Amino acid sequence: MVGDSNHLAVEASGLTKVYGSGNTEVQALRGVDLSLARGEVMALLGPSGAGKSTLLAIVGLVNEPTAGRITMDGKVVVSEGHFVVDVRTFRRQRMGFVFQKANLIPFLTAAENVRIAMEINDQSPRAARRRAMELLDYLGVADRGDHYPNMLSGGQQQRVAVARALANEPSLILADEPTAALDSVRGRQVMELFRKVAHERQAGVIVVTHDHRSLDVFDRALEMEDGLIQ
Amino acid sequence: MNLAFKDIRHNFGRFALTAIGIGLLLMLVMGMGGIYRGLVDDATLLINRIDADLWVVQKNTRGPFAEISRIPANVEDRVRAVPEVASSSDFISHTIQREQAGQPLRMTVQGISWPQDNGDWLPLIAGRRLEQAHFEMVADKSLGLPLGHRMVLGKDTYTVVGITRNMASTSGDSMVFVTLADSQSIQYDQPGEAVRLEREARKSRASDFDPGRTQPEILNRAAGPSSGIPALGPPPVSAVLVKVMPGADQGQVAATIASWPDVSVYTAEAQRQLLVSGMVDKSRRQLALFRGLLIIVSAIIMALILYTLTLDKIHDIAVLKLMGGRNMVIINLILQQALLLGAIGYGIAYVAGQWVFPVFPRRVLIVNEDLWMLAGIVIGISVLASMLGIWRAMKVQPNEVIA
Repeated sequence: MVGDSNHLAVEASGLTKVYGSGNTEVQALRGVDLSLARGEVMALLGPSGAGKSTLLAIVGLVNEPTAGRITMDGKVVVSEGHFVVDVRTFRRQRMGFVFQKANLIPFLTAAENVRIAMEINDQSPRAARRRAMELLDYLGVADRGDHYPNMLSGGQQQRVAVARALANEPSLILADEPTAALDSVRGRQVMELFRKVAHERQAGVIVVTHDHRSLDVFDRALEMEDGLIQ
Repeated sequence: MNLAFKDIRHNFGRFALTAIGIGLLLMLVMGMGGIYRGLVDDATLLINRIDADLWVVQKNTRGPFAEISRIPANVEDRVRAVPEVASSSDFISHTIQREQAGQPLRMTVQGISWPQDNGDWLPLIAGRRLEQAHFEMVADKSLGLPLGHRMVLGKDTYTVVGITRNMASTSGDSMVFVTLADSQSIQYDQPGEAVRLEREARKSRASDFDPGRTQPEILNRAAGPSSGIPALGPPPVSAVLVKVMPGADQGQVAATIASWPDVSVYTAEAQRQLLVSGMVDKSRRQLALFRGLLIIVSAIIMALILYTLTLDKIHDIAVLKLMGGRNMVIINLILQQALLLGAIGYGIAYVAGQWVFPVFPRRVLIVNEDLWMLAGIVIGISVLASMLGIWRAMKVQPNEVIA
């Protein structure tokens, strides 16, 4: 369900990434083109070293590509291999991240982990508190709001991480092997959650995964190998 | 949301123990300052309390606080005859050590020119001043001698009739006050056998020279008390204290007395300066050096603690950066914890000091000026200490989370 450019969460063209130089040069990405519509959930598959995490880090505006261009919500954010926006502000306002480990902040409760994402985006504490509880309720972990991460199961932690990623109503959610630490049942639940979030909240979702059992959940699946999308 | 408080709440035990450690360290810094203040205050206490305008001491000496000073007691009478002198009194001070309940009891015996000086400058907290010429003493509370306590000094028994507070000599020994005559009696006390032997020696010497043989009265006196021999005046005193008349020219009086060949004259301020720059100076510098080292050690320990606390959170800081958290969010997290650690440590230092410092053998004098200065230093080292952690946090890249 790729739409026109106004409805694209992200559009990347000619992305390359080279690490090192000379004999130690490694081409992690070799001119990748990618587009993702809002409301679309896409799987990125491939063996280790294929360049999936590199692509995710570049699309997530964490690392600069060596060359290429990225547009998000119709705005150019990377041009000729360089960031052209304040990436931290952009990440804060328009992106959400979920990882293999939930990466919740251990000294904050589940609700506070969601709130912090909104408060660093200048939302009022009261509004952030209310929305955090709404999101936790939406993801079925409202009763765990006052619990610290170490008191939650792996699946519950990932739900809280998804709630945190949704906190600022991002146009793009990036997930790097979010189910690797979960059993198959809970893994599928999380994948279905991404689908639900993408469709109901109109966010584009890219999920890097090795799990072929849940591919039916995704709108689209791309295979990467040797720095290229097949 | 205040991340610093949230982190402390979650790791309260560790934070509390760290704060206690920092607090005890700061208490030492505070104590060092207090010991120095106490040292200077003790040293100048007597000069301030006595409030004499001029100190007359042995020629070419710096007075009884700096070195041994002995001048004839009759200098007091000579000084009194100087125009515009309101009063003069002898000053005798010496330290003795006795045993009390099996414990060594060290005290400085201070003579008071009673009855001219009735000791109204003594800070009494119980009992009364000296009211008779002999065998009464006013003792400092720190000696632990109760009112009515009787103590043998020399060949006489003295009764404690008054208690003072915080009266210590320049060396930090607690003071007792007796009349001048009693002070001399205690200072020059000799065993009976020594007195008898000295009389026999005098008699023997007198019988061997002409005046002794030709004037039998000399021979008789040589065998009697020392006070009966005209050649031996009353025991010398350490100094003579002078009060000039109100409105009189203190400099003129000092110049008159200073012209005498056997004495030197100092103003009270000069005596105070001699004490601080001479006797107390080495201790002051040593304490200042030690205090400086303690501050540096505190700063290093705080920096290492904060660095460790930051390292513990380094992954969380990377997550915050990935989420788009501003640098100020992260700087505040570390800086607020550093300041809180410093502030709580300072509070613990103050409270613990109130309990611990009175037990110190020497007076620890905590003044507001030093408390404010230490508060400033604590803020300074808290900020400095947090720099290492902040530097490490700023180096963290958000892609460490992805990696």
